[in-house]
Amino acid sequence: MLSIKNIHASIEGKEILKGLSLDVKAGEVHAIMGPNGSGKSTLASVLAGREEYEVTEGTIDFGGKELLELSPEERAKEGLFLAFQYPVEIPGVSTTNFIKAALNEKRKYQGLEPLDAASFLKLLKEKAALLELDKSLLSRSLNEGFSGGEKKRNEIFQMAVLDPKLTILDETDSGLDIDALRIVAKGVNTLRNESHAIIVITHYQRLLNYLQPDFVHVLMNGRIVKSGGKELALELEEKGYDFIKEEMQESLTA
Amino acid sequence: MSDEMQLLEERVNREYEFGFTTDIETDTIPKGLSEDVVRLISKKKNEPEWLLEWRLKAFRHWQTLKMPKWAHLKYPEIDFQDIIYYAAPKTSKVKPDSLDEVDPELLKTFEKLGISLKEQKRLTGVAVDVVMDSVSVATTFQSQLAEKGIIFCSMSEAIQKHPDLVRKYLGTVVPMTDNFFAALNSAVFSDGSFCYIPKGVRCPMELSTYFRINQENSGQFERTLIVAEDGAYVSYLEGCTAPRRDENQLHAAIVEILAGDEAEVKYSTVQNWYPGDENGVGGVYNFVTKRGLCRGHHSKISWTQVETGSAITWKYPSVILKGDYSIGEFYSVALTTGAQQADTGTKMQHIGKNTRSRIVSKGISAGKSQNSYRGLVHVAKGAENTRNFSQCDSLLLGDKCGAHTFPYIESRNNTAIVEHEATTSKIGEDQLFYCEQRGLDAEKAVALIVTGFAKEVMNNLPMEFAVEAQKLLAVSLEGSVG
Repeated sequence: MLSIKNIHASIEGKEILKGLSLDVKAGEVHAIMGPNGSGKSTLASVLAGREEYEVTEGTIDFGGKELLELSPEERAKEGLFLAFQYPVEIPGVSTTNFIKAALNEKRKYQGLEPLDAASFLKLLKEKAALLELDKSLLSRSLNEGFSGGEKKRNEIFQMAVLDPKLTILDETDSGLDIDALRIVAKGVNTLRNESHAIIVITHYQRLLNYLQPDFVHVLMNGRIVKSGGKELALELEEKGYDFIKEEMQESLTA
Repeated sequence: MSDEMQLLEERVNREYEFGFTTDIETDTIPKGLSEDVVRLISKKKNEPEWLLEWRLKAFRHWQTLKMPKWAHLKYPEIDFQDIIYYAAPKTSKVKPDSLDEVDPELLKTFEKLGISLKEQKRLTGVAVDVVMDSVSVATTFQSQLAEKGIIFCSMSEAIQKHPDLVRKYLGTVVPMTDNFFAALNSAVFSDGSFCYIPKGVRCPMELSTYFRINQENSGQFERTLIVAEDGAYVSYLEGCTAPRRDENQLHAAIVEILAGDEAEVKYSTVQNWYPGDENGVGGVYNFVTKRGLCRGHHSKISWTQVETGSAITWKYPSVILKGDYSIGEFYSVALTTGAQQADTGTKMQHIGKNTRSRIVSKGISAGKSQNSYRGLVHVAKGAENTRNFSQCDSLLLGDKCGAHTFPYIESRNNTAIVEHEATTSKIGEDQLFYCEQRGLDAEKAVALIVTGFAKEVMNNLPMEFAVEAQKLLAVSLEGSVG
């Protein structure tokens, strides 16, 4: 579904991603871990199409289309969803109205009629229950005055409503207490299915305990330096990133 | 600047959709202003002697005044001798009795503006008086309103048919000596709307006036007077547009509102005068005095304005809260794009006891425009238990525009509670990107963010008008917002 080949990307002239490659198939959950500054969030931004990031080399195939040629909104309508690390506030626009506008844009793109009011409300109710999201939040301005946990749950709630093909969770676990983490993980797990691929960007093992990724990749200095199964995350948690650095050193000197 | 912001910029500088002119024969008088011109206008309108005297007094006073310069606006000296003070579409020298007699060109003009004068075609619930240049060309639903004792007609007609009412109230809220533009308007006002709601009557439909400037080099000086007697209620709408021209046109209007005991008047404006081009060439200079007097106890006057047009806006719809327990409200959305400048706000004069006022101002600036809120809350010595709440929010699009807030609070009574809140924010790249990531393009994203920002004010507009205003905001933002 997603095939990233040798991506180089820079911001303000500084190269952050230096030849990153990654293949993600439908139904898979991939975790991307790595120390601060390794390029994890840059990867999320490049995939979503943030224009401050310049891609200087490489290709990204997304469901048969060249992702890099699509605008951010086209990527979204093609089924790419980014759960933001820092969701923004939009005063005066209720979560309901916002998600309605987004959903109908996507449906229009797919050649579908806007969802009728009754079906839309039913969908909202169902997904809000899944994320244990208080209904009053839906009528409040988007993310305004939401707690950190509410914002993150709202992201996953939007994911649930928009039903994407590929979701990128950008440090969704940061700033969450243990209960919120559990709810978010439960939400994501419920939406795990054969046609939905998920990339989890995180610093920590704890979200992965709940999500049980199929693959874990270590990102360092703009490149994936090690890949493995979920046990790799445990190893990282235990030994830190240093052991990988040492391994790299050894392979260089060998 | 990101591509989106640039796109917004360009869109903001879109063409003005109401910029066409109507090719119609017009009866105009030569440029310039003098006592003779004032006499000529009065004569053309076949006015009684007292009104001519009133105009002349205003004119003589105006000659002693200087144009105010305190606003946060930059504009060249206006040459008042270079303006035409009276222009009337020829066919309506005598106002037609029925729409069949109205020049089809005129009907077409208003059709094009989305205002059908054919009553059967109109959505029920809105009566409309349309004013082109210096005269009213048609008023609808008059007979239905008359059954309830409501008078709704052009000011010229009111002067002929209801001179006593006009004489009793004209200039009682905005005296001819009030300010430079009020004096000018009092001397040369040409037409406008007159509305009288008798005691205890709830006006069954929205009343509406539509102003259109057509004639080149002419000024528009309309005057609106609304009187709601004790226990009356009326909701009033005002809309306006002008053709696209390279010269500036002057609009200096007066609106006066009187509300008796327990009366309520809601006045809503969607102002969309030609704003000039992106470089500031052309556009309407809008210098307007609007004031309401809550003279009765428990009376209420509410101003709601959506301002998107004019090269320059100088306008402070105000309420004098004289009656005990009276309420004044001001809700405003002012959007400036391109090279537009707006200095707008309100004055709330608390005189009666237990009076309350509420001010909600939302300024949106884009392009290289300047947008200022200027407001005064005055609490007189005897105004016990006054309450005021003001909120002024500014939203900036791009980095070349300006937003300014000038709140003045004068309290002479220590039982008063006056609150003021102000915020300034920018549509951030982050907000735009967030929306785009959810599938909304830059334009829809900006429209959504701006609509959210202006929501509290929009909610105050009558339904039909709110939809129109929302569309207008979106259209005005096209190409200016990313």
